[in-house]
Amino acid sequence: MRQMAHSLLEEKLNSGEFVVTAEVGPPKGADASELVHLIDLLKTRVDAINVTDNQSSVMRFPSLGGCLLVKERGGEPILQVTCRDRNRLALQADLLLAYSRGITNVLCLTGDSVDVGDHKEAKPVFDLDSVQLLRLVGTLESGQDLSGNPLRGAPRFFAGATVHPEADFIEPQLIKFEKKVAAGARFFQTQGIFDLASLRRFMQYASQFDVYVLAGIIVLTSVRMARFMNDNVPGITVPGAIIEELTSAGKGKGRDKGIEIAARFVRAIREERLCHGVHIMAVGNEKAVPDILEAAELEVLRH
Amino acid sequence: MIIAEQKPLDEMARMLAPYSRVLIVGCGTCMTVCGAGGEREVSYLHHALRVARARAGGEPRIFLEHTLKRQCDLEFLDLLKDRVAEVDAVLSLGCGVGVQAIAEHFPDLPVLPGVNTSFVGMADEWGVWDERCAACGDCRLADTGGICPITRCTKGMLNGPCAGTKNGKCEASPEMDCGWVLIYRRLETLNQLEKMRRYYPPRNFRTIPRPRRITSRAGGPGETDGPQPA
Repeated sequence: MRQMAHSLLEEKLNSGEFVVTAEVGPPKGADASELVHLIDLLKTRVDAINVTDNQSSVMRFPSLGGCLLVKERGGEPILQVTCRDRNRLALQADLLLAYSRGITNVLCLTGDSVDVGDHKEAKPVFDLDSVQLLRLVGTLESGQDLSGNPLRGAPRFFAGATVHPEADFIEPQLIKFEKKVAAGARFFQTQGIFDLASLRRFMQYASQFDVYVLAGIIVLTSVRMARFMNDNVPGITVPGAIIEELTSAGKGKGRDKGIEIAARFVRAIREERLCHGVHIMAVGNEKAVPDILEAAELEVLRH
Repeated sequence: MIIAEQKPLDEMARMLAPYSRVLIVGCGTCMTVCGAGGEREVSYLHHALRVARARAGGEPRIFLEHTLKRQCDLEFLDLLKDRVAEVDAVLSLGCGVGVQAIAEHFPDLPVLPGVNTSFVGMADEWGVWDERCAACGDCRLADTGGICPITRCTKGMLNGPCAGTKNGKCEASPEMDCGWVLIYRRLETLNQLEKMRRYYPPRNFRTIPRPRRITSRAGGPGETDGPQPA
């Protein structure tokens, strides 16, 4: 039996609604006006907004700050928490702050290696990993900190994690997935899906677990971007067929083609009811999200 | 063993600038094997520093050479006594432990490091050294098929690979094997994959408060006796 929902997102997933989440990347700098604009654009069109946490180890305005803005603007935030930049004291403190401000969706991540980012000389923390972070969330919910000290006021979260159904070596990833489920992950946002067959295979396996899965959709707006992702983004492999399709679009038409491809995946996943929703990652092209939803005939005003 | 790399010549020349009589001390164990600071390297370095000094037009400097069996052993350091009396600085080609051992033993003498101490490791092939042990004080190799996740995984994760691994390589470098792929394969071969399915809690960093001390006297063998919090 499901517990009482701890967030709007959980409530919608519990209701069986096909859920759409989208991610936004905070600015590099103190001027958050563009982020606020994006939040306003997305908050009524998607069910929840992820705010990335120094994504790809590139220093930016924090996820927690972005989530506070989402709350201020009346949206539903998903806090992304990585273990790369904070030890267990800082992780717990941030989670307490998040809960106290009404941020209850938490995506628990290990975090990219410092070596792929723009501060390569930084000390990588990794005091915990994603599985341990998920368990930490449960520990805080039980009214204790990680050392067993009692908390004045326990938080309640809807905890999630990531999984990579298209990993080139899937077995160890599935062991990790099961450890995340056992550690308390209630929802999963997958890495970018480029092949529905692999998503079907994964869902056949994952549907045995009592968790929600949102298929990750990466919006590619040029061949250059696809190649860049293949070379620089950890774990991502954009298949040749997608690159060819982007190439065939011709000059200046990459964005439209990218929207068309993303919308095709979204529509197919929803029509087949392959999983519980989609998570759109339009890195740097977040303004395209409404167009994708429209093209996928998913454009409904929410809330 | 301990692996190190010799510092660049110009860095050493800068360190030595204030001194006119210098004793270069090599080390006969790890530094000899990894080629950073054995008897041969001491001799080469002596000549290289002399030539560099002459090219820079500086006053000729007097160098003495000596290679100890082990710099990190007080027993051997006494052998330096007479030589040390003749110089105004020591350039140690020992690891960081050796440099500090000499400094502790001769408190009035400037002791300079000639190598950058890198890690605990072994030779993959001649001239290629790989890190194998992080000296974390809490060995878990029994659970990981004899492959260290602290050292071989760039994030030191205990519960399996991240999603950044591609073609069996690490997201931090395409030349580096993913430690968790290696561990998976090995546990599979050993028919011990259940060890990977187990949950491993966060590491206990109290097992490595710095500086660490192990005493086999008072508290019995192997007891780690780090500094106590005030």
